[in-house]
Amino acid sequence: MPSHDLSSPPAPGQSICRSCWLAAPGLLWMGLFFLAPLALVFAISFASRGTYGGIVWEFTAANYLDLWHPLYGKILGQSLWYASLTTAICFVLGFPLAYMIARSPARWQPVLLLLVMLPFWTNFLVRTYAWMIVLRQDGLLNGLLLALGIVDAPLELLYTPTAVVIGLVYGYLPFMVLPLYVAVERLDPLLVEAAWDLYASRWAIFTRVVVPLTMPGIVGGCVLVFIPSIGSFITPDLLGGARSMMIGNLIQHEYLVVRDWPLGSAVSFVLMAIVMAAVALYYRHAARTAGPTEKR
Amino acid sequence: MRRHGAVTAVDRVSCQVRRGEFFSILGPSGAGKTSVLRMLAGFEDPDEGDLLIDGQSMLGVPPNRRPVNLVFQSYALFPHLTVFENVAFGLKMRRVSAALIAEQVRQALTMVKLLGKEARMPAQLSGGEQQRVALARALVNKPAVVLLDEPLAALDQQLRQAMQVELKSIQEQAGLTCVCVTHHQEEAMMMSDRIAVMHQGRLWQVGSPREVYERPCNLFVSRFLGVSNELAGTIGPSVGEDRLFQPTQAEQHPFTVRTVSTEQAGRSATLSLRPEHIRMAQERPSTSDPLLYGRIEKVLFTGSETKYLVRVGRDRLWETRMTSNTSLSSFAAGDPVFLHWSLADARLFFE
Repeated sequence: MPSHDLSSPPAPGQSICRSCWLAAPGLLWMGLFFLAPLALVFAISFASRGTYGGIVWEFTAANYLDLWHPLYGKILGQSLWYASLTTAICFVLGFPLAYMIARSPARWQPVLLLLVMLPFWTNFLVRTYAWMIVLRQDGLLNGLLLALGIVDAPLELLYTPTAVVIGLVYGYLPFMVLPLYVAVERLDPLLVEAAWDLYASRWAIFTRVVVPLTMPGIVGGCVLVFIPSIGSFITPDLLGGARSMMIGNLIQHEYLVVRDWPLGSAVSFVLMAIVMAAVALYYRHAARTAGPTEKR
Repeated sequence: MRRHGAVTAVDRVSCQVRRGEFFSILGPSGAGKTSVLRMLAGFEDPDEGDLLIDGQSMLGVPPNRRPVNLVFQSYALFPHLTVFENVAFGLKMRRVSAALIAEQVRQALTMVKLLGKEARMPAQLSGGEQQRVALARALVNKPAVVLLDEPLAALDQQLRQAMQVELKSIQEQAGLTCVCVTHHQEEAMMMSDRIAVMHQGRLWQVGSPREVYERPCNLFVSRFLGVSNELAGTIGPSVGEDRLFQPTQAEQHPFTVRTVSTEQAGRSATLSLRPEHIRMAQERPSTSDPLLYGRIEKVLFTGSETKYLVRVGRDRLWETRMTSNTSLSSFAAGDPVFLHWSLADARLFFE
């Protein structure tokens, strides 16, 4: 920008101070209602449980050590597995959809995107109840499968891991589609033609041109699906039953049923650590792939 | 033939490109040139007709199985790949061994003078360098035909002229068969062995640059390939082997024209002359050349050349040119002048 080169740039202190004032309400809000409670939960995670469920303020790492118990490990592993599977399925379903939307006529794109986002207009809880009606023994899906003669006896779908993953994919697919749409929309169609002209098969075009160039969208979509999936609790609670417990259910269970707030807090922080590690991993990968193209 | 909905974009285009030839399809935007190129590349299929490369029909053959490579107007370099990887892409897709790829990419980059820039990313290159990468990426595959889509349109004037010469010499050196699409007539004439003039989806004329420039088949081709100084009139009686031409403008006297056709007297026609064929004189010249009377309206100094706009009728301005450093160029705006030319240089077009 020529104006930057000619006029002296604004003194850094000045400009930071000005934006500081503008950010103050937001920062205050975040500090009071996000950081402070978080700090409190962190503190509680090192306290111990009273006999009747209260908090006894003596420092202990016992809550974290308790989490090494195989039962918790199983729930943790299950959560990671469900969230990873959900992310993978969302990608497989979402990519063609995003590609189709981004390559459809410009006047149709807003309509199609609206359709993708349409489910958000209804309460998530209500939609999950709707899935219970679809998936239960005498539900819509089994009725359809029986009527078509695909199965002889109704499938046991509700209260299984399958139901949880179906629910999670349903709930978070739009989070995958939107960033992918943005990435594909930015992808120059001529590059696809260029690869095609240079003897690339359709698969090679996808893996060598489309995927690398839409990587920011892929990473964004995966992060946006993985994070809420691993922490979700309504879906496994309503569709999964006791066998498909996830971390979210464990936290809820510790807080509200067992009334062991310190343990629940420790689980919350483990979940946060996992999510942050996953995000860090994704972004490091993204920085590596997108790096060369970004720098000029 | 290729239709886009109700519009026929390319209509009965039929021509043959010779091996090792630089063949240009020249036409204004919307002429259907790009459609022809996309059909050659395989991105589109003709609705009727056939397309042969080395005697093989290309109908239904997808782009990745055709022995042609396209140099895109916007280059379409892969932004996430280095110069080397960009050029190597086609070879890699055809599973050429790594050693051979390295060797051939090196050759191609030598040819386009980009050796030493293998590790750069496309965004780090200048426009001219990107153009060379795009060219190398196509010719490294040794395709039967290199397709060029307005190859130099994105470059600035100076670079463009340098690249025209270079592109032509690379083509000759490597013995490439090139089909180039352009709307830039000078570029087409400089680089091509043959030019096909395309307009409204049809080929109007195919020939060497000199042929289409000097003997255009109709007024459109004449106008598109350069300045066409025109005068409307009617054919008169014979004068020896030639005919008399009566300009429609009342103030101009009749003059002789040479035409092979045996049109009847009274038939209306349009005379066309290239600026470089017209001579200007302050005095009435003592030749038997065809002659017009005019008045200089504008003098345009362009450097090595000076252009004169001469009014030869109420609504007719002719353009003439003179080398700037000649002592004869003492014409000024407002001067009355005589324009004359050799009988053989004028072209006559009938409607």
